[in-house]
Amino acid sequence: MTSIYERFRDSIRSEVPVALATLIEGPDLGAKLLIEASGVSLGSLGGEALDRVVSRDAIAMLEAGVSQVRHYGPEGEARQHELSVFIECHARRPHLVIFGAVDFTRALASQGKLLGFRVTVCDAREVFATRRRFPMADEVVVDWPDRLLDRIGSDLGPRDAVCVLTHDAKFDVPAIVGALPTRVGYLGAMGSRQTHQKRVERLLEEGVTTSELERVRSPIGLDIGGRTPEETAVSIVAEIIALRTGHAAPSLSEGKGSIH
Amino acid sequence: MDEIFDDIERWFASGEKVAIARVVDIEGSGPRDPGAAMAVNARGEVAGSVSGGCVEGAVVGEALELLEGRRKAGITSFGYSDDEAFAVGLTCGGTIHLFIEELDW
Repeated sequence: MTSIYERFRDSIRSEVPVALATLIEGPDLGAKLLIEASGVSLGSLGGEALDRVVSRDAIAMLEAGVSQVRHYGPEGEARQHELSVFIECHARRPHLVIFGAVDFTRALASQGKLLGFRVTVCDAREVFATRRRFPMADEVVVDWPDRLLDRIGSDLGPRDAVCVLTHDAKFDVPAIVGALPTRVGYLGAMGSRQTHQKRVERLLEEGVTTSELERVRSPIGLDIGGRTPEETAVSIVAEIIALRTGHAAPSLSEGKGSIH
Repeated sequence: MDEIFDDIERWFASGEKVAIARVVDIEGSGPRDPGAAMAVNARGEVAGSVSGGCVEGAVVGEALELLEGRRKAGITSFGYSDDEAFAVGLTCGGTIHLFIEELDW
Protein backbone atom coordinates (compact mmCIF):
# COMPACT_ATOMS: atom_id res chain seq x y z
CA MET A 1 0.00 0.00 0.00
CA THR A 2 1.22 3.49 -0.81
CA SER A 3 2.24 5.44 2.28
CA ILE A 4 1.24 9.08 2.76
CA TYR A 5 4.86 10.09 2.20
CA GLU A 6 5.06 8.17 -1.10
CA ARG A 7 1.81 9.68 -2.35
CA PHE A 8 2.99 13.16 -1.28
CA ARG A 9 6.39 12.71 -2.98
CA ASP A 10 4.86 11.36 -6.18
CA SER A 11 2.32 14.18 -6.38
CA ILE A 12 5.02 16.83 -6.01
CA ARG A 13 7.28 15.12 -8.53
CA SER A 14 4.50 14.81 -11.10
CA GLU A 15 3.27 18.35 -10.32
CA VAL A 16 -0.15 17.33 -9.10
CA PRO A 17 -1.26 20.03 -6.62
CA VAL A 18 -1.27 18.51 -3.14
CA ALA A 19 -1.62 19.60 0.50
CA LEU A 20 -0.27 17.77 3.54
CA ALA A 21 -1.92 18.53 6.89
CA THR A 22 0.02 17.60 10.05
CA LEU A 23 -1.32 17.86 13.60
CA ILE A 24 1.47 19.80 15.34
CA GLU A 25 -0.31 20.59 18.63
CA GLY A 26 -2.93 18.31 20.12
CA PRO A 27 -3.37 14.75 21.41
CA ASP A 28 -2.62 12.84 18.19
CA LEU A 29 0.66 14.70 17.48
CA GLY A 30 2.08 14.01 14.01
CA ALA A 31 -1.22 12.67 12.57
CA LYS A 32 -1.44 13.31 8.83
CA LEU A 33 -4.03 13.97 6.18
CA LEU A 34 -3.06 14.32 2.53
CA ILE A 35 -5.47 16.25 0.35
CA GLU A 36 -5.56 16.64 -3.42
CA ALA A 37 -7.30 19.51 -5.20
CA SER A 38 -9.98 17.09 -6.45
CA GLY A 39 -10.94 16.42 -2.82
CA VAL A 40 -9.38 12.94 -2.72
CA SER A 41 -7.66 12.36 0.61
CA LEU A 42 -5.48 9.83 2.42
CA GLY A 43 -4.90 9.43 6.15
CA SER A 44 -6.66 11.15 9.05
CA LEU A 45 -6.05 13.78 11.71
CA GLY A 46 -8.10 11.75 14.17
CA GLY A 47 -11.75 12.48 13.40
CA GLU A 48 -14.09 12.66 10.44
CA ALA A 49 -15.41 16.14 11.22
CA LEU A 50 -11.90 17.55 11.69
CA ASP A 51 -10.71 15.90 8.46
CA ARG A 52 -13.64 17.40 6.55
CA VAL A 53 -12.98 20.96 7.76
CA VAL A 54 -9.22 20.74 7.21
CA SER A 55 -9.74 19.31 3.69
CA ARG A 56 -12.00 22.21 2.81
CA ASP A 57 -9.46 24.75 4.12
CA ALA A 58 -6.56 22.98 2.39
CA ILE A 59 -8.28 23.01 -1.00
CA ALA A 60 -8.82 26.78 -0.68
CA MET A 61 -5.18 27.27 0.36
CA LEU A 62 -3.95 25.17 -2.59
CA GLU A 63 -5.42 27.76 -4.96
CA ALA A 64 -3.27 30.50 -3.44
CA GLY A 65 -0.24 28.28 -2.87
CA VAL A 66 0.29 29.32 0.75
CA SER A 67 1.35 27.05 3.62
CA GLN A 68 0.39 27.96 7.19
CA VAL A 69 -0.73 26.82 10.64
CA ARG A 70 -4.50 26.78 11.28
CA HIS A 71 -6.20 26.31 14.65
CA TYR A 72 -9.30 24.21 15.31
CA GLY A 73 -11.41 22.71 18.05
CA PRO A 74 -11.48 18.91 18.53
CA GLU A 75 -14.26 18.52 15.93
CA GLY A 76 -12.76 21.07 13.54
CA GLU A 77 -14.56 24.05 15.11
CA ALA A 78 -13.37 27.44 13.93
CA ARG A 79 -12.25 30.06 16.51
CA GLN A 80 -11.05 27.35 18.88
CA HIS A 81 -7.41 26.61 19.63
CA GLU A 82 -7.10 23.11 21.08
CA LEU A 83 -5.53 21.77 17.88
CA SER A 84 -2.88 23.29 15.61
CA VAL A 85 -2.60 21.90 12.11
CA PHE A 86 0.20 22.79 9.72
CA ILE A 87 -1.17 22.73 6.18
CA GLU A 88 1.66 22.54 3.66
CA CYS A 89 0.50 23.37 0.14
CA HIS A 90 2.19 22.53 -3.11
CA ALA A 91 0.32 24.39 -5.83
CA ARG A 92 1.08 24.01 -9.50
CA ARG A 93 4.06 26.04 -10.72
CA PRO A 94 3.21 29.56 -11.89
CA HIS A 95 3.16 29.92 -15.68
CA LEU A 96 5.22 32.44 -17.64
CA VAL A 97 4.05 32.85 -21.23
CA ILE A 98 6.46 34.74 -23.49
CA PHE A 99 5.26 35.93 -26.88
CA GLY A 100 8.02 36.55 -29.40
CA ALA A 101 10.99 34.24 -30.05
CA VAL A 102 13.70 36.92 -29.89
CA ASP A 103 17.07 37.25 -28.12
CA PHE A 104 15.45 38.79 -25.04
CA THR A 105 13.21 35.74 -24.86
CA ARG A 106 16.15 33.39 -24.23
CA ALA A 107 17.29 35.41 -21.22
CA LEU A 108 13.76 35.87 -19.86
CA ALA A 109 12.96 32.16 -20.27
CA SER A 110 16.12 31.29 -18.28
CA GLN A 111 15.25 33.80 -15.54
CA GLY A 112 11.71 32.43 -15.42
CA LYS A 113 13.01 28.89 -14.95
CA LEU A 114 15.33 30.11 -12.18
CA LEU A 115 12.27 31.47 -10.35
CA GLY A 116 10.31 28.23 -10.73
CA PHE A 117 7.95 29.22 -13.54
CA ARG A 118 6.72 26.81 -16.17
CA VAL A 119 7.85 28.68 -19.26
CA THR A 120 6.06 28.71 -22.62
CA VAL A 121 7.57 30.50 -25.62
CA CYS A 122 5.16 31.29 -28.45
CA ASP A 123 5.79 32.80 -31.87
CA ALA A 124 3.95 32.34 -35.16
CA ARG A 125 7.23 32.20 -37.11
CA GLU A 126 8.43 28.61 -37.12
CA VAL A 127 12.01 29.49 -38.09
CA PHE A 128 12.39 31.35 -34.79
CA ALA A 129 10.21 29.35 -32.42
CA THR A 130 12.35 26.21 -32.20
CA ARG A 131 13.36 23.96 -29.32
CA ARG A 132 16.99 24.41 -30.36
CA ARG A 133 16.84 28.14 -29.73
CA PHE A 134 14.93 27.76 -26.45
CA PRO A 135 16.08 24.53 -24.81
CA MET A 136 15.34 25.99 -21.35
CA ALA A 137 11.61 26.49 -22.09
CA ASP A 138 9.09 23.87 -20.99
CA GLU A 139 7.30 24.26 -24.30
CA VAL A 140 7.84 26.12 -27.55
CA VAL A 141 4.64 26.76 -29.47
CA VAL A 142 4.43 27.80 -33.12
CA ASP A 143 1.12 29.62 -33.30
CA TRP A 144 -0.55 33.01 -33.20
CA PRO A 145 -0.78 34.57 -29.71
CA ASP A 146 -4.57 34.88 -29.77
CA ARG A 147 -4.95 31.21 -30.66
CA LEU A 148 -2.65 30.05 -27.86
CA LEU A 149 -4.53 32.32 -25.40
CA ASP A 150 -7.85 30.91 -26.59
CA ARG A 151 -6.58 27.51 -25.47
CA ILE A 152 -4.80 28.37 -22.18
CA GLY A 153 -6.23 31.77 -21.17
CA SER A 154 -8.83 30.37 -18.77
CA ASP A 155 -6.07 28.57 -16.82
CA LEU A 156 -4.06 31.76 -16.19
CA GLY A 157 -4.33 33.25 -12.69
CA PRO A 158 -2.83 35.82 -10.32
CA ARG A 159 0.50 33.97 -9.95
CA ASP A 160 1.04 33.75 -13.72
CA ALA A 161 2.66 36.22 -16.11
CA VAL A 162 2.40 37.11 -19.80
CA CYS A 163 5.30 38.98 -21.42
CA VAL A 164 4.95 40.29 -24.95
CA LEU A 165 8.39 40.78 -26.50
CA THR A 166 7.61 40.66 -30.22
CA HIS A 167 8.04 44.39 -30.95
CA ASP A 168 5.71 43.91 -33.87
CA ALA A 169 2.14 45.19 -33.74
CA LYS A 170 1.03 42.30 -35.93
CA PHE A 171 1.86 39.91 -33.05
CA ASP A 172 1.75 41.98 -29.88
CA VAL A 173 -1.68 43.53 -30.46
CA PRO A 174 -3.44 40.11 -30.62
CA ALA A 175 -1.30 38.93 -27.68
CA ILE A 176 -2.38 41.84 -25.46
CA VAL A 177 -6.00 41.72 -26.64
CA GLY A 178 -6.02 37.99 -25.88
CA ALA A 179 -4.38 38.34 -22.45
CA LEU A 180 -6.55 41.21 -21.13
CA PRO A 181 -9.71 39.13 -20.49
CA THR A 182 -7.71 36.51 -18.52
CA ARG A 183 -7.00 36.61 -14.75
CA VAL A 184 -3.23 36.72 -15.38
CA GLY A 185 -1.41 38.62 -12.60
CA TYR A 186 1.24 40.30 -14.74
CA LEU A 187 0.96 41.54 -18.29
CA GLY A 188 3.97 43.37 -19.72
CA ALA A 189 4.85 44.47 -23.25
CA MET A 190 8.31 45.40 -24.50
CA GLY A 191 9.00 48.57 -26.43
CA SER A 192 10.01 52.20 -26.00
CA ARG A 193 7.49 54.78 -24.87
CA GLN A 194 7.11 55.76 -28.53
CA THR A 195 6.48 52.15 -29.62
CA HIS A 196 3.99 51.73 -26.82
CA GLN A 197 2.16 54.94 -27.74
CA LYS A 198 1.62 53.60 -31.27
CA ARG A 199 0.59 50.25 -29.84
CA VAL A 200 -1.92 51.96 -27.54
CA GLU A 201 -3.53 53.59 -30.58
CA ARG A 202 -3.84 50.19 -32.27
CA LEU A 203 -5.25 48.62 -29.11
CA LEU A 204 -7.86 51.38 -28.73
CA GLU A 205 -8.88 50.77 -32.35
CA GLU A 206 -9.34 47.11 -31.43
CA GLY A 207 -11.85 48.17 -28.78
CA VAL A 208 -9.61 47.90 -25.70
CA THR A 209 -10.64 50.43 -23.03
CA THR A 210 -8.25 52.86 -21.32
CA SER A 211 -8.87 51.22 -17.94
CA GLU A 212 -7.93 47.83 -19.40
CA LEU A 213 -4.74 49.40 -20.75
CA GLU A 214 -3.66 50.30 -17.22
CA ARG A 215 -2.96 46.60 -16.68
CA VAL A 216 -0.32 46.59 -19.42
CA ARG A 217 3.19 47.24 -18.09
CA SER A 218 5.03 49.08 -20.87
CA PRO A 219 7.86 49.95 -21.21
CA ILE A 220 8.34 46.59 -19.51
CA GLY A 221 10.37 46.04 -16.33
CA LEU A 222 11.83 48.01 -13.43
CA ASP A 223 14.11 50.98 -14.02
CA ILE A 224 17.49 49.42 -13.13
CA GLY A 225 19.30 50.70 -16.22
CA GLY A 226 19.52 47.26 -17.86
CA ARG A 227 20.68 47.13 -21.48
CA THR A 228 21.55 43.56 -22.42
CA PRO A 229 18.92 40.82 -22.82
CA GLU A 230 20.10 39.31 -19.52
CA GLU A 231 19.90 42.59 -17.62
CA THR A 232 16.50 43.32 -19.16
CA ALA A 233 15.29 39.88 -18.08
CA VAL A 234 16.29 40.67 -14.47
CA SER A 235 14.37 43.95 -14.65
CA ILE A 236 11.27 42.15 -15.98
CA VAL A 237 11.24 39.35 -13.40
CA ALA A 238 11.93 41.92 -10.67
CA GLU A 239 8.78 43.78 -11.78
CA ILE A 240 6.80 40.52 -11.80
CA ILE A 241 7.86 39.83 -8.20
CA ALA A 242 7.22 43.43 -7.06
CA LEU A 243 3.73 43.42 -8.58
CA ARG A 244 2.88 40.12 -6.89
CA THR A 245 4.12 41.28 -3.48
CA GLY A 246 2.74 44.80 -3.86
CA HIS A 247 6.10 46.44 -3.19
CA ALA A 248 7.19 49.71 -4.83
CA ALA A 249 10.71 48.30 -5.43
CA PRO A 250 13.10 50.99 -4.21
CA SER A 251 16.50 49.85 -2.89
CA LEU A 252 16.16 47.98 0.43
CA SER A 253 19.00 50.11 1.83
CA GLU A 254 16.89 53.25 1.35
CA GLY A 255 13.89 51.92 3.21
CA LYS A 256 12.93 51.17 6.82
CA GLY A 257 11.13 48.27 8.47
CA SER A 258 11.05 44.53 7.98
CA ILE A 259 12.35 43.23 4.65
CA HIS A 260 9.92 40.29 4.36
CA MET B 1 10.62 20.02 -0.54
CA ASP B 2 11.15 18.18 -3.84
CA GLU B 3 14.91 18.81 -3.66
CA ILE B 4 15.28 16.48 -0.68
CA PHE B 5 13.39 13.44 -2.00
CA ASP B 6 16.38 11.90 -3.80
CA ASP B 7 18.49 11.81 -0.63
CA ILE B 8 15.58 10.46 1.42
CA GLU B 9 15.04 7.67 -1.13
CA ARG B 10 18.70 6.72 -0.93
CA TRP B 11 18.62 6.65 2.88
CA PHE B 12 15.41 4.60 2.98
CA ALA B 13 16.87 2.19 0.41
CA SER B 14 19.79 1.49 2.75
CA GLY B 15 17.39 0.96 5.66
CA GLU B 16 18.14 4.18 7.51
CA LYS B 17 15.79 6.11 9.78
CA VAL B 18 15.08 9.67 8.72
CA ALA B 19 13.98 12.73 10.70
CA ILE B 20 12.30 15.64 8.99
CA ALA B 21 12.14 19.25 10.20
CA ARG B 22 9.73 21.63 8.51
CA VAL B 23 9.28 25.37 8.95
CA VAL B 24 5.66 25.78 10.08
CA ASP B 25 5.67 29.45 11.10
CA ILE B 26 7.83 32.58 10.98
CA GLU B 27 7.57 35.73 13.09
CA GLY B 28 9.29 38.84 11.76
CA SER B 29 12.07 38.38 9.23
CA GLY B 30 12.90 34.82 8.33
CA PRO B 31 14.90 33.53 5.40
CA ARG B 32 12.63 30.63 4.41
CA ASP B 33 8.85 30.41 4.23
CA PRO B 34 6.64 27.80 5.89
CA GLY B 35 7.07 24.47 4.10
CA ALA B 36 10.88 24.68 3.84
CA ALA B 37 12.15 21.28 4.92
CA MET B 38 15.32 19.56 5.98
CA ALA B 39 15.86 15.82 6.36
CA VAL B 40 18.51 14.24 8.60
CA ASN B 41 19.57 10.60 8.86
CA ALA B 42 20.99 8.87 11.94
CA ARG B 43 24.54 9.49 10.74
CA GLY B 44 23.90 13.24 10.73
CA GLU B 45 23.75 13.60 6.94
CA VAL B 46 21.54 16.46 5.82
CA ALA B 47 19.33 17.27 2.80
CA GLY B 48 17.59 20.62 2.29
CA SER B 49 17.54 23.63 4.60
CA VAL B 50 15.21 25.55 6.90
CA SER B 51 17.03 28.88 7.19
CA GLY B 52 19.92 30.72 5.60
CA GLY B 53 22.32 28.49 7.50
CA CYS B 54 21.71 30.06 10.93
CA VAL B 55 19.98 27.19 12.71
CA GLU B 56 20.78 24.11 10.61
CA GLY B 57 23.49 22.91 13.01
CA ALA B 58 21.11 23.01 15.95
CA VAL B 59 18.38 21.28 13.94
CA VAL B 60 20.73 18.38 13.17
CA GLY B 61 21.28 18.02 16.93
CA GLU B 62 17.53 17.94 17.60
CA ALA B 63 16.97 15.47 14.75
CA LEU B 64 19.64 13.11 16.06
CA GLU B 65 18.13 13.24 19.57
CA LEU B 66 14.77 12.34 18.05
CA LEU B 67 16.16 9.41 16.06
CA GLU B 68 18.00 8.17 19.19
CA GLY B 69 14.75 8.34 21.19
CA ARG B 70 16.01 11.13 23.48
CA ARG B 71 13.30 13.61 22.45
CA LYS B 72 9.76 13.42 21.12
CA ALA B 73 8.31 14.84 17.92
CA GLY B 74 7.11 18.40 18.33
CA ILE B 75 7.64 22.09 17.75
CA THR B 76 11.09 23.60 18.28
CA SER B 77 11.62 27.35 17.98
CA PHE B 78 14.67 29.45 17.31
CA GLY B 79 14.83 33.21 17.51
CA TYR B 80 15.56 36.35 19.38
CA SER B 81 12.25 36.74 21.16
CA ASP B 82 13.95 35.61 24.39
CA ASP B 83 17.73 35.93 24.27
CA GLU B 84 18.17 33.80 27.39
CA ALA B 85 16.16 30.90 26.06
CA PHE B 86 17.74 30.56 22.65
CA ALA B 87 21.40 29.71 22.34
CA VAL B 88 21.04 29.62 18.57
CA GLY B 89 19.13 32.31 16.70
CA LEU B 90 18.42 33.83 13.35
CA THR B 91 20.75 36.72 12.61
CA CYS B 92 17.87 38.52 10.89
CA GLY B 93 16.07 38.89 14.23
CA GLY B 94 13.00 36.80 13.42
CA THR B 95 11.67 33.70 15.13
CA ILE B 96 11.33 30.41 13.29
CA HIS B 97 9.06 27.58 14.44
CA LEU B 98 9.91 24.08 13.21
CA PHE B 99 8.01 20.81 13.53
CA ILE B 100 10.47 17.95 13.92
CA GLU B 101 9.36 14.33 13.54
CA GLU B 102 10.49 10.98 12.26
CA LEU B 103 9.60 10.34 8.63
CA ASP B 104 7.73 7.10 9.36
CA TRP B 105 4.38 8.00 7.76
